[in-house]
Amino acid sequence: MAERFAIHLDELPDPSARVVVIDNREIGLVHLKGQVYAYSNWCLHQGGPVFEGTLLGKVEAVLREDRTVAGERFSEDEIHIVCPWHGYEYDVTTGECAPDRRLKLRRYPVTVRDGAVYVDCDARR
Amino acid sequence: MATIVPERETFDTRRLLQHAAQQAKDRRFQDFLIIDVDCHHYETEAFAEIAEYIEDPVIRHMALASIQKGSSRPGIMPVQVGNQDMAGRITRYVRRKEERTEAGIPRDVVLIHRYMDQMGIDYTVLFPTPMLNLGMHPQVDVEVAMARAYAHWMCERILPNSERIRTMLYLPFNDPEESVRMVKEFGGRPGVVGFMVTSVRFAPVHHNRYMPLYRELEAANLPLAFHAAYDWTHGAMPQLNKFISVHALGFPFYNMIHIANFVINGILERFPRLKVLWIEGGLAYITFLMQRFDNEYMMRSSEAPLLKKLPSDYMRQMYWSSQPMERVRNDAMLEETFKMIKAETQLVYSSDYPHWDFDTPSVIYDLPFLSEAQKRRILGENARELFGIGLLEKGSAG
Repeated sequence: MAERFAIHLDELPDPSARVVVIDNREIGLVHLKGQVYAYSNWCLHQGGPVFEGTLLGKVEAVLREDRTVAGERFSEDEIHIVCPWHGYEYDVTTGECAPDRRLKLRRYPVTVRDGAVYVDCDARR
Repeated sequence: MATIVPERETFDTRRLLQHAAQQAKDRRFQDFLIIDVDCHHYETEAFAEIAEYIEDPVIRHMALASIQKGSSRPGIMPVQVGNQDMAGRITRYVRRKEERTEAGIPRDVVLIHRYMDQMGIDYTVLFPTPMLNLGMHPQVDVEVAMARAYAHWMCERILPNSERIRTMLYLPFNDPEESVRMVKEFGGRPGVVGFMVTSVRFAPVHHNRYMPLYRELEAANLPLAFHAAYDWTHGAMPQLNKFISVHALGFPFYNMIHIANFVINGILERFPRLKVLWIEGGLAYITFLMQRFDNEYMMRSSEAPLLKKLPSDYMRQMYWSSQPMERVRNDAMLEETFKMIKAETQLVYSSDYPHWDFDTPSVIYDLPFLSEAQKRRILGENARELFGIGLLEKGSAG
């Protein structure tokens, strides 16, 4: 178990994303709805710094019963982190690339205790 | 101990592109010649300087008044409806104004060197951004005035400050005679490696009035580039309701119109040594056009009497910039595209940085079907031959 201290929770307010460097590895952290997630900070597209991007709800189309479009809205359930290089969007709860869920960011196990976040950088999930 | 990367107080290109620098190091780009044939600046950020170079006093007055009104009011430069920045998701669009640069060097030069250094690029060919839509300006004399002012500004304020920045100057293509005058006047200036036509315009490139321009460029051995862009307001485009559609179709569309006229009217039969470069349409549209035209030419050769070979053969004489390379889950398709366009000699790497869909050099380097020699040609050698760029010692460029 190579659990390492990553950040104090008060430096990662809910909701927000930050990048920490542990053993030369850039880890993207997201605090969302009471949960903390940790992923590789390298975008699967061209290698952009994903977690320096924007947290935003998935854009959803709203359809009426008759299948006409009523409009669009931001989801409050599915939140994405958007890579600032080209706009690739990832579901922060799974690390999956939203338009093609076969693509997933490397995820690291997270433990939160005593107001601090710890990440196991060697584990694979 | 973890290091917490500080939240960005000010935007910095070097920080944004730190991963590109790591890629360049991992792939040993320091051992490669890399020439980017398409990067951009936002010339409107230096518009006050450029406006001072406008020769016509009335148009200069109009331009200076336009600056005072600010960009929120209609002015001398056309403005497009669009969403290149994905509503702020591409953060550099909004935050670039925060970036601090050293005094005494033009801001554009500093910003361009920063992106080049991070990506491992040795030389770059610089183009404007808002001027990409100047071809739709209803006042041809304004297009001419802006083209000439921009050329003077570029040659006097930007190019002398960098040994690594080159340009293909904007041609006021709606005025063929003025375009010829531009080539004669600026074709020999240091750092000018060719001329560029913005594709968004309604100009038949095969018209007899353009033959003196092609003759002049061929004689001077200066490449002619067509730079794609979009326009949401004309033709069929207003039917499209999303920017993704306008961008995906618009960029190749305007290039395809000009390629069709160029090829079918035998311009390369008439000017066989004219070097033509097509910028920023991606790659997929090229093979679409090759197949379409070759198929129809076999039935309708009577409509293209100047041609002596298949349309695709003429297209394989042309040069193509690589970005935005369509990266889908189909390497076989991409490999076949490279073969069809003779990428080994005709494809030239382009980043399009800082625009939203830029490609790092790794996009070429990481392709599984290219040999080391082919990567070197596409990343730099093809462009060096196309432009005749004389090389600085590696590492001395600055």
